[in-house]
Amino acid sequence: MNSILDVKQVILYRDKYEILKQLNLQLFPYQIHTLLGINGSGKSSLAYTIMGLEGYKPQKGKVLFQGKDITKLPVDERARMGITLAWQEPARFEGLPIGKYISLGMSEVSEKKVNEALEAVALSPRAYAYRSLDKTLSGGERKRVELAAVYAMQPKVAILDEPDSGIDVLSIQDIGLLIQRMAQHGSAVLLITHRDELVQQSDVASLMCMGSIIYSGLPHKTMEFFQINCQSHQQAYGSQPWSLNSLLNSKVKKINENKNSK
Amino acid sequence: MKTKTQSKFHPLKSSAPIWASEMAGIMEAYRKAGGNLEQLQAQDVATLVVSGDQVLVSHDIAGIQFSAERIENGVRAKIEVGANSVIAKPVHLCFGVLPQEGIQHIIADYHIGEGAQVKFLAHCSFPNAVKVEHLMNATIQIEKNALMEYTEEHFHGEKGGILVKPTTRVTVEKRGTYRNTFSLVRGSIGEMVIDVKVDAQENALVELHTKAFGIHKDIVKVNELIRLNGNNAHGLAKTRIAVKDQALSEVVTITEGNAPGVKGHMDCTEIVRDQGKATNNPIVLVSNALAQVTHEAAIGTVNRKELETLMSRGLNENEAVDLIIRAMIR
Repeated sequence: MNSILDVKQVILYRDKYEILKQLNLQLFPYQIHTLLGINGSGKSSLAYTIMGLEGYKPQKGKVLFQGKDITKLPVDERARMGITLAWQEPARFEGLPIGKYISLGMSEVSEKKVNEALEAVALSPRAYAYRSLDKTLSGGERKRVELAAVYAMQPKVAILDEPDSGIDVLSIQDIGLLIQRMAQHGSAVLLITHRDELVQQSDVASLMCMGSIIYSGLPHKTMEFFQINCQSHQQAYGSQPWSLNSLLNSKVKKINENKNSK
Repeated sequence: MKTKTQSKFHPLKSSAPIWASEMAGIMEAYRKAGGNLEQLQAQDVATLVVSGDQVLVSHDIAGIQFSAERIENGVRAKIEVGANSVIAKPVHLCFGVLPQEGIQHIIADYHIGEGAQVKFLAHCSFPNAVKVEHLMNATIQIEKNALMEYTEEHFHGEKGGILVKPTTRVTVEKRGTYRNTFSLVRGSIGEMVIDVKVDAQENALVELHTKAFGIHKDIVKVNELIRLNGNNAHGLAKTRIAVKDQALSEVVTITEGNAPGVKGHMDCTEIVRDQGKATNNPIVLVSNALAQVTHEAAIGTVNRKELETLMSRGLNENEAVDLIIRAMIR
């Protein structure tokens, strides 16, 4: 199967800091690709770069969608091509009804589809469709609405930035099912998460560190790699990536050498 | 000339040919202002319709009484809600000027009796205004335990040739409630000068909501003062204004905390586009150590994150800004 989205050799600076370092990534339809990594490793920055947000235009490298270079396209054009993002901290919109918000990305707007999307995230259409997407909603409710909006859009690429954070533990399974449904509909899902349950259900998991993907493979292999290498580093040196710099570089080098020798 | 009213009929049909066209015109303007004609004609809905200096309809129901008289360039009206009267359906008020030029001066005296509850829906329409003044002087007395909600929506034409100047003085007695929503978001505002002063007594609740959308060279001036004079009185002044083109907005809100346990809050958001200009001056005056008054304001461009969120659903930048503004002033 051909990839639908390719991130090729992307370098991203913000201020003076190199956030993404010659990063490569491929996403495929019907696949859930999980991104793992400690805080500050560049996961959200990669998500924003793919979406094309302000301040996240790479200095080098390309983002290709269905083979077309979209690196310089604005957010809305990417969205109309079928890429969208569920934000880690969804915005509030005073006065905007939730149902209207969910319908924005739908190719054919219908109340039935809006209601289905709300039900898919366990929100009652009766209680929520006409409610304003404002600060009267809890963080967890806003996350669900955000997921419903992405689900309703049926995107070709769905970037989900920590859709599980702020969601109660009992609902994690529902979120997992929803993500699976997105993939079953044909979406390529890029999932950023720290939850084991969600990692396990993905097809591929990549581990990010300091702006690079240092390992990609089956989810349990990636988690194993993380537990053996990264957690021991954290215990020895703390969680700050700059204290791990030299060690991680040597590890990456070693992995690459092993790959090459194979 | 002083009469109870010039007419008293319901439903809104008149055989008087002089009125027929005026009535049809004002009803169409009323509809454009968002008014519900069916509700306006319902027998159990109290209604007052004023076009220019003509009282076209005055329809009382049990618990509420209108008396209106024609004055030079306008109408003086008294609205009385009896003690403990609960008016089930909102009272419909319709004010307007149909010609391109004219002055409409409304002097309104509202008296809400002890324990009464009433909601007003006022629609003001000036669809053809080129040089029109709509001056409203209202005095509102809300007695103990009474509740009054007043929602006013305006419909202006695209020419913006109008001065709207509502001046309101309100007294809310012990445990009384006053909620006011003023909305001018359709058509060109012209110039609008809102001047509201409210005195709140013990345990009273006051909410002022103002929404406006200035375009072209519109001028929006909002001056609101809430004096929280009685123990535990609560007040909120919430302003949502958007200005684009060369429109101008000036908001001054003052909240005084003059008694123990009072809580006041001022919340102003103004979105500025193009060459629009906006200012906000929240003034907090606290004269009692046990009072608390807070304020928040956001003036300027549309929040980038909100914008990009909508763009990530496929809206272009202009569509996204428009949706954010329309939702905010909805």
